[in-house]
Amino acid sequence: MLNPFRGFSAVFYKEALHVRRDFGTLFFSLIIPLLQMFLLGFGIDTNIRQINTVVYNADGRRESRELLDRLRNSDTFHLVRFVESDHDLTDAIVSGKCRVGIKIPVDYSDKLLHQMSAQVLVLIDGSDSSVAGQAINVTTAIGLDESLQRVLATSGNPTFAVDMRPKILFNPDSRSPNFFLPGLTAILLLNVTTFLTAFSIVREKERGTLEQLFVTPVRPMGLLLGKLLPYLMIGFFELCMILVFMRFIFSVPIHGSVLLLALLSLPYIFVSLSLGILISSKANSQAEAMQLAFLTILPSIFFSGYIFPRETMPKFFYVLSYFVPATYFIDITRGIILRGAGWVHLWTDAVALFFMGTMLLVIAARRFQNKVIMA
Amino acid sequence: MSDLEKPAISAQNLVRRFGSFTAVNDASFRVQKGEIFGFLGPNGSGKTTVIKMLTGLLPLSGGEASVLGIDVRKDPETVRENIGYMSQNFSLYSDLTVTENLTFYGRIYGLSNDRLRKRMDDIIQLNGLGPYLNRLSAQLSGGWKQRLALGCAMLHEPKLIFLDEPTAGIDPVARRQLWDLLFELSAHGITFFVTTHYMDEAERCSHVAYIYYGKLIADGTPDSLRELPDVQPPGTYRVEITTPEVTRALRIARTLPGIRSATIFGQSIHALINDDLDLDHLREQLRKQGIVVAEIRPLAPSLEDVFVELTYKHQSEIEATRA
Repeated sequence: MLNPFRGFSAVFYKEALHVRRDFGTLFFSLIIPLLQMFLLGFGIDTNIRQINTVVYNADGRRESRELLDRLRNSDTFHLVRFVESDHDLTDAIVSGKCRVGIKIPVDYSDKLLHQMSAQVLVLIDGSDSSVAGQAINVTTAIGLDESLQRVLATSGNPTFAVDMRPKILFNPDSRSPNFFLPGLTAILLLNVTTFLTAFSIVREKERGTLEQLFVTPVRPMGLLLGKLLPYLMIGFFELCMILVFMRFIFSVPIHGSVLLLALLSLPYIFVSLSLGILISSKANSQAEAMQLAFLTILPSIFFSGYIFPRETMPKFFYVLSYFVPATYFIDITRGIILRGAGWVHLWTDAVALFFMGTMLLVIAARRFQNKVIMA
Repeated sequence: MSDLEKPAISAQNLVRRFGSFTAVNDASFRVQKGEIFGFLGPNGSGKTTVIKMLTGLLPLSGGEASVLGIDVRKDPETVRENIGYMSQNFSLYSDLTVTENLTFYGRIYGLSNDRLRKRMDDIIQLNGLGPYLNRLSAQLSGGWKQRLALGCAMLHEPKLIFLDEPTAGIDPVARRQLWDLLFELSAHGITFFVTTHYMDEAERCSHVAYIYYGKLIADGTPDSLRELPDVQPPGTYRVEITTPEVTRALRIARTLPGIRSATIFGQSIHALINDDLDLDHLREQLRKQGIVVAEIRPLAPSLEDVFVELTYKHQSEIEATRA
């Protein structure tokens, strides 16, 4: 006889009215993520190219110039500055004007001609680890290649014993938007939906209407689901917008089924909304809700694999990443969009998300029940 | 006991503790059907806590309570279905119109469309909300907000309505109009449980109780409270002394023999004096001290007098037990 969802339709209808009445706010909260997408999609290139490089060429003969040409042609280095002393070389790096310094010693060509080992000094600014890593890899490879060419030329057998042929299966051009935007989708969606629900409930706390609702026969689950469903629809709409932008403005091809992606986004939106509701059970003002919501965003960016691969995380954080909902959704978006993965590959992610969402919602409902009692 | 005679609210030895703090201490009272029950007390004395217990929002630490014959501990849901509640901040959705607010609360209580339409017509007529139906509730004045909030609280035809400080921050005309409305509804058999700070409102109630730091120290009709021995000890009576110099007169009056207590009320002093003190004699004594007395006349104690006396007595009892 007790209906645990009592009041659901009344709350749902009322919430829809709020949204319609305050359409301006909603419009902005939906447009801003798209603007962010523009900024990040056009502005960020994860491939490291054209590193500013300073050169001190003490030798200056043909061999040394050939080496510099090879560095230039690698597309990794941009030779911006030529200096004439060790001091100036270091200074260019310390001042931050260049990331890499190359010193070719005065006897470089001589040593090569005499088939001795010629040394080249490569100074690398370690303040950005990915730039440093790329610089090390490319300079080492060029050195190795240069050496091999010379050894092979003298041995009379001009072919490599082992020839590695890497082939990148997905995103073969290593286009950054292809990699970045599917992950960004998860972050933006989380952002919008968590804030919207958290605010909609905290607003009722501020107005005192929540207190009023608790004196009516509305049940916590009816109230929370009635609040959640309108924003689930809005979140879904936002997802569609993001996907349209991604596909047609950033030309990111979607290899898998769009329908499956849409379907699997529902449990993720559900989690984000439940998280918003949980936040609202703790926060008593919109400012407080904002702070708590921000607290959820950083882990979603850093521990979900969105920026840094999860596999390289320390054990503790790797385990932690399993508790971040964005981890699962990024797996889903990258899987479907980039690799064309299907339901068989991704159903565990969907189940995990659905489970998390339900847990969060139940905890929130209990907190609301106790809150009433303790207030 | 037949259903008709059952009280609307029956509270026996209500106790509510928050940790070591006792917010409500052994409070018992009954509210009969059709009464306007005024529940008074200073801020933080436990008024809202009692309302929360009676509406099933707060479990009882001890005692029993039944509301409309339903045990609030066993079936708080059914209690909530059958009561109305209006809080002091009116709890309306400011971005929804008058009609939308009413519709929402009607749906919350599960009213069918036909019944909702009929109830809304009744309430709109009764509360005079007709001209404002499509106005956002944010744009209503305090008095109209209050009428709308009351309307929302009574859509489902509750037999008992809790009003938590319904007139806080409302202009005097709106305050008067609300009370007229309450009397009208009460005549239709609705019971009201009203908390208030205003003594003139307390005087209008058919039954008042006064809670002081968790203890119920008065309970009865306003007239019966005025006659309590603590308020009106045998061999005393109450007079009103009107004089232009109230402050100085008060200081002097308190030193005169035969005057038990004295307090300022506006341009006059209310004093509790012994029966054997002659009024002409009192006037003469004040005149000797240079106080011009315009008038001295006997006075029935106001409810404020009642609560002041009871509070003093209660405080001295507390101090006596501590000593």
